[in-house]
Amino acid sequence: MTDATTDLATGPITTNDGRPLKEALAASLAVRRRRAFLLVAPLFLFILISFIIPIGQMLGKSIYNDGFSSHAPALAAWFDAHPAGSAIDESAYVALRDDLVAMKKDKTAGEAGTRINYDISGTRSLFTAAARGAEKMQPPYMDAFLKLDKKWGDPNVWRAMRSASSPFTMDFYLAANDLKRNEDGKIVSVGEGQAVYKKLMLRTLVLSLEITAICLLIGFPIAHLLATLPMRKAMLLMIFVLLPFWTSLLVRTTAWMVLLQQQGVLNDLMVWLGIIGDDGRVQMIYNQMGTIIAMTHILLPFTILPLYSVMKTIPPSYVRAARSLGATSWTAFRRVYVPQTLPGVGAGGLLVFILAMGYYITPALVGGADGQMISNLIAFHMQKSLNWSLAAALAAQLLAVVLIFFWIYDRLVGIDKMKLG
Amino acid sequence: MALPVYATPLEKLWHYTYLGICALIFLFLIAPVIIVIPLSFNAEPYFTFTEKMMTLDPSGYSLRWYDSLITFGMQNPDAPRDAAFWWDFWQNATWVQVTKHSVIIGVFATLISAGLGTIAALGLTRPEMPWRKPIMAVLISPMIVPIIISATGMFFFYSMKWMPMLTEDGIGFGRLAGTYAGIILAHAALGIPFVIITVTATLSGFDQSLVRAAASLGANPRTAFFRVQMPLIMPGVVSGGLFAFTTSFDEVVAVLFIAANDQQTIPRQMWNGIREQISPAILAVATLLVIISVALLTVVELLRRRSERLRGMSPT
Repeated sequence: MTDATTDLATGPITTNDGRPLKEALAASLAVRRRRAFLLVAPLFLFILISFIIPIGQMLGKSIYNDGFSSHAPALAAWFDAHPAGSAIDESAYVALRDDLVAMKKDKTAGEAGTRINYDISGTRSLFTAAARGAEKMQPPYMDAFLKLDKKWGDPNVWRAMRSASSPFTMDFYLAANDLKRNEDGKIVSVGEGQAVYKKLMLRTLVLSLEITAICLLIGFPIAHLLATLPMRKAMLLMIFVLLPFWTSLLVRTTAWMVLLQQQGVLNDLMVWLGIIGDDGRVQMIYNQMGTIIAMTHILLPFTILPLYSVMKTIPPSYVRAARSLGATSWTAFRRVYVPQTLPGVGAGGLLVFILAMGYYITPALVGGADGQMISNLIAFHMQKSLNWSLAAALAAQLLAVVLIFFWIYDRLVGIDKMKLG
Repeated sequence: MALPVYATPLEKLWHYTYLGICALIFLFLIAPVIIVIPLSFNAEPYFTFTEKMMTLDPSGYSLRWYDSLITFGMQNPDAPRDAAFWWDFWQNATWVQVTKHSVIIGVFATLISAGLGTIAALGLTRPEMPWRKPIMAVLISPMIVPIIISATGMFFFYSMKWMPMLTEDGIGFGRLAGTYAGIILAHAALGIPFVIITVTATLSGFDQSLVRAAASLGANPRTAFFRVQMPLIMPGVVSGGLFAFTTSFDEVVAVLFIAANDQQTIPRQMWNGIREQISPAILAVATLLVIISVALLTVVELLRRRSERLRGMSPT
């Protein structure tokens, strides 16, 4: 003790080789930090390259589409020189004709037309037809184009071309929110009949919420039972939870198709029991009900397991103490037991909600028309309509919602506390 | 969960109601998995129990759907069942081909994700690891990001020519889409969160003083790792790997987007079957897959118990 104080008095504590202790410790910590990081680095790079960058690049497509701009340089130049609102004069039609002639040569009129078609449906043929006739056109081109098709005088088409002449655009986010620009460039909502995306996003949220609620409602008693039974019995019953968990998603979805069909096992059983008549068979699949039942079954283990691991840690003596102080069993359960399970409810509920939002396979197979979720629409635009930019915009919005809930999950539960089985 | 002796009649009634509710939920959980098994032996092309099945009449049951699995896609399905028939089966039967693809993809994807994942988990559980939370969030993200978004992202990225590989005109840049390497990399990425979660959970229960004890007894870091730490965390690594393998074995969306037409896997073939014309043959496949999952579950449970015993956590 006295030695140390004299050392402190004479100067900073040093290591054997004379370096200040603080510095030496910091250096050794830096080495250990670097070592830990180097262990993680290969996997981090792998995920970055094979997962994060691909998604980032895909999301980029939602604001970048050069389908029109790369094939219409003359029009782009005209739009640059003439700000929005200026009259569409002969010089614009000259630029249009130049671009169409070039498109005809490169066979890109279809691609350029498709881009405009995303904004105003039915305009793709306008471009392919005009490209065919562009070479033979005689000036004045304005009249020539209008003679070919009146739509070439439509300010809306010109507005769409102006917007598409820059590869960077917010048009797809507008479309993904059921919005569009009118002739004056103002943002207005699309007609009642065409508004689908907001409704579907809302339905995805509502369905996920319903599924989460059902999962918590029926997962809670199961987790409670498993946590309070003697170990041996609980382990045996745990198989009922873990076996579905390990069974292929497609197998479980198929099984529900078999069970819920109109000519399926459940309807047969109900007819046999006399609950319903043979002509009153219930349609339980290929609609929202099918999606909810199958997804609840698939996601239920994700609620039960976190709930179970929290309930395991709750000492039974608390409830007993409450009872001994005069609480009824219901009060003891509500005021003493349930509050202690909240971390598990939060963990299980949030995880199920996050996973449910992104479900694709099950709704696609058993959802019918009104059981589809936003993922199914993204797949539709990817594979069928081939409007990849709109698919990317929808994906970006879905991802944003999912990431917000992932962030909440991290705040409330902590991602390093995530457990499986 | 026994009733206390002081329970009122109402509480007793509620207790048995509660047990009844639990039984119904367990039925809900297990019934779909079990129901496909007897139905796959249906002699009729229906998805329900026929009268003959209910009366346990042997003629109500048959192996015809399993037979159709065997012969589907074969060149000579009606040939006598000799060596040549089984060779044809091995070479041409559709379900054998898709199983081979699934196993190859699954094994390599698992090796990548379990290998890289375990090394990363070792770093992540060190107390001095910098930026642990954000890095963990990135590594877990393949599980959180909706699969349709991951698959479309990979589709675009793998459709570009950036991967150095052997192409038709020598070594050059090629696309990963339509190659086994592409699917394997995609599935490895999707399996990583499961490895990370399982192995970090095992490592956080690992007693670091064991490594220090080994060091104090003269083991160098390498020996301490391979002789002391590795055997103790191995059960966690294997069950993480099994998680990753099932993820790949069950994955259909990425395969739909990335794989070429001749690279069907079991789930993709099932997907086709369900979308087009669902026949009880699908139930035969489902039954086989249920048997596989029972086997996997058994292995994982045994490993978990072994791990608990090794760490001295189990009361038995």
